Amino acid sequence: MLVANVSGFLIILFFQTFLDAAAAEGVRVAVATNFLATAKEIITHFEQDTAHVAVVSSGSSGKLYVQIKNGAPFDVFFSADVDRPALLEEEGFAVRGSRFTYAVGRLTLWSAAPDLIDKDGKAVLSDGTFERLALANPKTAPYGTAAQTTLQALGLWGHVKDRVVQGENIGQTFQFVFSTNAELGFVALSQVLDGKINGAGSRWDVPEGLHDPLRQQAVLLLNGQGNDAARAFLSYVKGPKAVNVIQRFGYGVE
Amino acid sequence: MSVPEMDWVPVWLTMQLAGVTVVVLLLVGTPLAWWLAFTTSRFRTLVEAVVALPLVLPPTVLGFYLLVALGPHGLVGGPWKQLTGSPLSFTFTGLVIASTFYSLPFVVQPLHGAFESVGTKPLEAAWTLGASRFDAFLSVAAPMATRGFLSAVVLGFAHTLGEFGVVLMVGGNVPGVTKVLSIAIYDHVEVLEYTQAHVLSVFLLTFSFLILTIVYAINRRLPVHVS
Repeated sequence: MLVANVSGFLIILFFQTFLDAAAAEGVRVAVATNFLATAKEIITHFEQDTAHVAVVSSGSSGKLYVQIKNGAPFDVFFSADVDRPALLEEEGFAVRGSRFTYAVGRLTLWSAAPDLIDKDGKAVLSDGTFERLALANPKTAPYGTAAQTTLQALGLWGHVKDRVVQGENIGQTFQFVFSTNAELGFVALSQVLDGKINGAGSRWDVPEGLHDPLRQQAVLLLNGQGNDAARAFLSYVKGPKAVNVIQRFGYGVE
Repeated sequence: MSVPEMDWVPVWLTMQLAGVTVVVLLLVGTPLAWWLAFTTSRFRTLVEAVVALPLVLPPTVLGFYLLVALGPHGLVGGPWKQLTGSPLSFTFTGLVIASTFYSLPFVVQPLHGAFESVGTKPLEAAWTLGASRFDAFLSVAAPMATRGFLSAVVLGFAHTLGEFGVVLMVGGNVPGVTKVLSIAIYDHVEVLEYTQAHVLSVFLLTFSFLILTIVYAINRRLPVHVS
């Protein structure tokens, strides 16, 4: 009885492995945190439409960049900026000519409280009595840099500087505001439009002229060079279905 | 190699955090360890298990609960804000609370062991000679448990120096307030400032090695009081 069970199990295991290998090739996707929810939805469509499988890891672009340089097993990299994919290309960790802009991020000042942020946004920043303003680390996260540039452009950086708390990446920054540990914070519009939040709370979408455009680029990494699934995923992201998802999450496309 | 501009604020801040945490832990941990050593209560096992939890839980569990509890609507952060008018998350006080939980077993366990080896006999002798309970503790039991106190202070201090995950989750990386050494090193590595990361890491490594060596050396020389 037991023997039969075990051999049955082994047979299933064998065929499972065999079938997996025959039908689908996997792509390992490294994605900047702001794009995670969007990427997951695109991957769901991708896996339905193709025979491929995708596994996603997320982190700040800075951390993923260092990990990739140190041998992390990723096939494609969706950064939150242009610089890091370009550096990887220059330094020989990515395939030349594979780099493209997959989304243009939108920065928003968001609060979980429905009435805290007015349409103009500037009022709460200059007169508000908030204790904590969250933003991503300007040194490592592009959304953090954009937030700091915006505050400087508004002439309010000095005014709020002492109340700033930094998230390690945009995901943690969002988490600080969501948990109301910070009353408000600069996050990615995509996070607020995500299904779990659905635009709740109050927000001010930062006009794009106040900071450098948040062009987010993707690149094919050396690991993924001979991987059909990796190439298929990159072209899928440029396709109409994926672009539709990207725009629904509040990103622009070029 | 040019000397990079070093920011030493995190070093000083980390020392302050570890120092304050150890004082708090001694105040909380001593009575707790004493109770654990001598109680006959059936809750003893449960309390011992709770004290040891930070040893086995990942810092993310502690960090997650602290983030929720310390927030302005949290179990601790809410009343605190009403009392003091300021929030608890992203503050030095918040980090002290976090570190107290995080390093609790490192202070309570050595003390617990030391008190157990002292036993009740020397205390009973002191009581029969007319010493009050508190006096008997201070002038008889505590000196006999010197080794335990030394280990508790050093381990509590050193473990707080090495704190990372919890601070990353509840600190908010505020320079001079919550940006401790481990976070500063992490930041330097992320932006490829390896020289600064090396300087701080070597400092932490040397410092930790030195205090542990000193403690073990002193510990060897301490007279053994315990029967």
